[in-house]
Amino acid sequence: MSADAPSGPGPSGRGDEPARRDHASAGEMLRVDGATKRYGKFTAVDRIDLVVHRGEIFGFLGPNGAGKTTTIRMVAGVLKPSEGRILIGGDDVATASEAAKSRLGYIPDRPFLYEKLSGAEFLRFVAGLWGKDGRETEERADRLLELFSLTEWKHELIESYSHGMRQKLLITSALLHDPEIVVVDEPMIGLDPRAARILKDLFRAYVARGGTIFLSTHTLEVAEALCDRIAIISQGRIIALGTMEELRAQAHAGGAHLEEIFLKVTGGEAIAEVVASLRDALE
Amino acid sequence: MTEGRTGGGGAVPRPRGVLWLLRPKLRTKLNRARSDEGRAFKGFLLLFVGAFFWAFIFAVIFRMLLYFRGTQGIGDLLAGKLLGLAFLTFLSLLLLSNVITALSTFFLSDDLELLVASPVDPVNLYGGRLLESIVDSSWMVALLAVPLLVAYGVVYGAGPLYYLLAVVTMTPFLVIPAVLGAAFTLVLVNVFPARRTRDLLALIGLLAAAGVVTLFRFLRPERLVRPEEFRDLVDFMAVLRTPSSSWLPSEWAADTLMTWLGGFFDPFPLLLLLSTAAALVVLGAWLHARYYPTGFTRAQEGAERREGRVRGRLAERLLAGASPRVRELVAKEVRVFFRDTTQWSQLILLGVLVVVYVYNIKVLPLYTGERVSFFLINVVSFLNLGLAGFVVAAIAARFVFPAMSVEGRMMWLLRSSPLDVKTLFWSKYWFGTVPLLLVALPLILLTNVVLDASPFILGLTTVTMVGVTFAITALALGFGALFPNYETENVAEIPTSFGGLLFMMAAVIYLGGVVILEAWPVYLFLQARLRGEAGVGMIPLVLGLSGAAALTAAAVALPLVAGARRVRATDF
Repeated sequence: MSADAPSGPGPSGRGDEPARRDHASAGEMLRVDGATKRYGKFTAVDRIDLVVHRGEIFGFLGPNGAGKTTTIRMVAGVLKPSEGRILIGGDDVATASEAAKSRLGYIPDRPFLYEKLSGAEFLRFVAGLWGKDGRETEERADRLLELFSLTEWKHELIESYSHGMRQKLLITSALLHDPEIVVVDEPMIGLDPRAARILKDLFRAYVARGGTIFLSTHTLEVAEALCDRIAIISQGRIIALGTMEELRAQAHAGGAHLEEIFLKVTGGEAIAEVVASLRDALE
Repeated sequence: MTEGRTGGGGAVPRPRGVLWLLRPKLRTKLNRARSDEGRAFKGFLLLFVGAFFWAFIFAVIFRMLLYFRGTQGIGDLLAGKLLGLAFLTFLSLLLLSNVITALSTFFLSDDLELLVASPVDPVNLYGGRLLESIVDSSWMVALLAVPLLVAYGVVYGAGPLYYLLAVVTMTPFLVIPAVLGAAFTLVLVNVFPARRTRDLLALIGLLAAAGVVTLFRFLRPERLVRPEEFRDLVDFMAVLRTPSSSWLPSEWAADTLMTWLGGFFDPFPLLLLLSTAAALVVLGAWLHARYYPTGFTRAQEGAERREGRVRGRLAERLLAGASPRVRELVAKEVRVFFRDTTQWSQLILLGVLVVVYVYNIKVLPLYTGERVSFFLINVVSFLNLGLAGFVVAAIAARFVFPAMSVEGRMMWLLRSSPLDVKTLFWSKYWFGTVPLLLVALPLILLTNVVLDASPFILGLTTVTMVGVTFAITALALGFGALFPNYETENVAEIPTSFGGLLFMMAAVIYLGGVVILEAWPVYLFLQARLRGEAGVGMIPLVLGLSGAAALTAAAVALPLVAGARRVRATDF
């Protein structure tokens, strides 16, 4: 999928806009104000502030258990923040949820789906949830299925799909209703190299047409290659945020790659010691 | 699972035994119970309900046994026959539930991948899974057996050794069907893929259960306590003396206990039970070691692939005027329901339940001999309303109560979409109410015709039944949302949860309320009309009916509002 594909995804009516927009001037798509999530006494996410602009790919990184998925799920409206608020296109996810969620497509990391529906039926169902139906939606679904080589599987029940096929179906369903922002948790999990490449191109084409992507990932090369800005979260708090250059400056990391920056800011530089002790333990 | 390390002359791996394999399940149950904040209340309520049922069963059996003992000559025979019948019912239940349980414990359980990949001795794996199957499939029968066997012990004045013997008898009695169930499943899985086998088993199981219920009902076991229905005493004694089958473990178990209680203990049936159980376990372990690997491999294959389109499309067409949101939600419900054999096949049992219910009403001894009183007809009509309502509640517990729980794993989609929880609730509500009405209305009309009810009673109970169905669907949906089980993959276990119990209790209280509010004023009104006192009893009638209507409105609104509020407040 290339940026100039006529049938590419992206919020309709913005297809003729420039490939890359000036994010700051394009306006806010997502605002997270002091979002906090507590489970009993444990604070998973602690007063996070974020702004993601229209036409931007924003990466959200962090070690395991740092609060990435919790944040993503709060943004998607699946979890309610204990404190703070989340605005999508200016609408509060808690108080104006219908308006906020109608702008959003969500791709979770664990693809639970209705096993007894076929791929095509699932897509029709998802489109219905967003109040969409008709020929245009069907055609869009067909284009996306074709893109991910799922066309011949679309009348098969989902229970016969492989993990990767489910992930592709999820991505298709999230883009189907023409969202203004796509929230993705670990987009590359389960995808073969071809599908991973298609997804990267698809994301680029989507933001070139004015869409916004908020993604969390462990694949640092993906983040480095795709994201305009990146936030690193650790123990529920954002500890670094900015473009690659800004992150390098914050971490005093010269010309380092994202991996070194990531390890440095998350305290992972002690990894050499870990490897050494691991070697001792194995000997 | 192993201790020590291999290679370099290290210790040889020492695989853990059967009990080690059961630890994760036990720990999970313990941890779940510990982290459950409402456990004291739940424990108390379960204890209360359990004690009530035990007391009820004990009282019924105790009363029957006392009556038998009073019957000269054939009392012990009758008691033995009853025990044999009880054990035969237990055996059929155990065989059915073991076959279905064995499929998930041996082939579909999530942790099998880990266990099969680890160096666990196949015999240990078999033992662990068999124990799990026995516990999962037999606990209900074991609990039911307690008041039954205690009643026998009390009536016959048995000493403590009887209770020890009862435990010794019950153990192989529970093991035998578990081994047979596991072996049958093993054979089936080696022939069909597991997912098809599950569907097949669900169907076989339900058809068999339906058959057992129907047969049992139409045989009218109550005739055993009414010997006058047999042509003569010789016939009756012949029926009593013929053992059901000397090849069945149920007969061995009943004989063991009856010979002990009668004071002429015969150890042969007990030895048969014990040796059969032991031999079957050995045979089962051999079969397992021989055929399990191929069966397990086959179990990983073969999901269903086709997309049947007719019903979903039909639903879409019927709802053509509705918004895409409601239309797709209902079409999805229809598709998922009819493609899941474990779901739709329950309709068979439902059909049997309705037939048996109507049959029971038909054989009521209302029209034998002299004409029954006007009062009795009135009582029976309202009792029928309550019982038919109970049948509807039992169906709602199966089909409507799990409606929100089954969406648990899909809440990521439903909650991230602009779908309002209210729309979700209403679509689930109508998807439950309409089919229930299709069951409830014929049920009440048919039973009223069988009862030869007056047009007034017919009209009143029919209108009431419509209200009752609306209320019961709302109660089921509301309680299902208030006490959900979002994690389970097994829909069948949702209605038997604590919330399911609370729903049934709430439904019974509601039905009791409606029947009480309507029955007495209607009786007064009809009696007055019969005496030609027009207008008398009108005020209590209006008050009673308004009360029932208000109660119904509350039973519709409150659970739906509370349930929707709970879903909105839940983090998924």
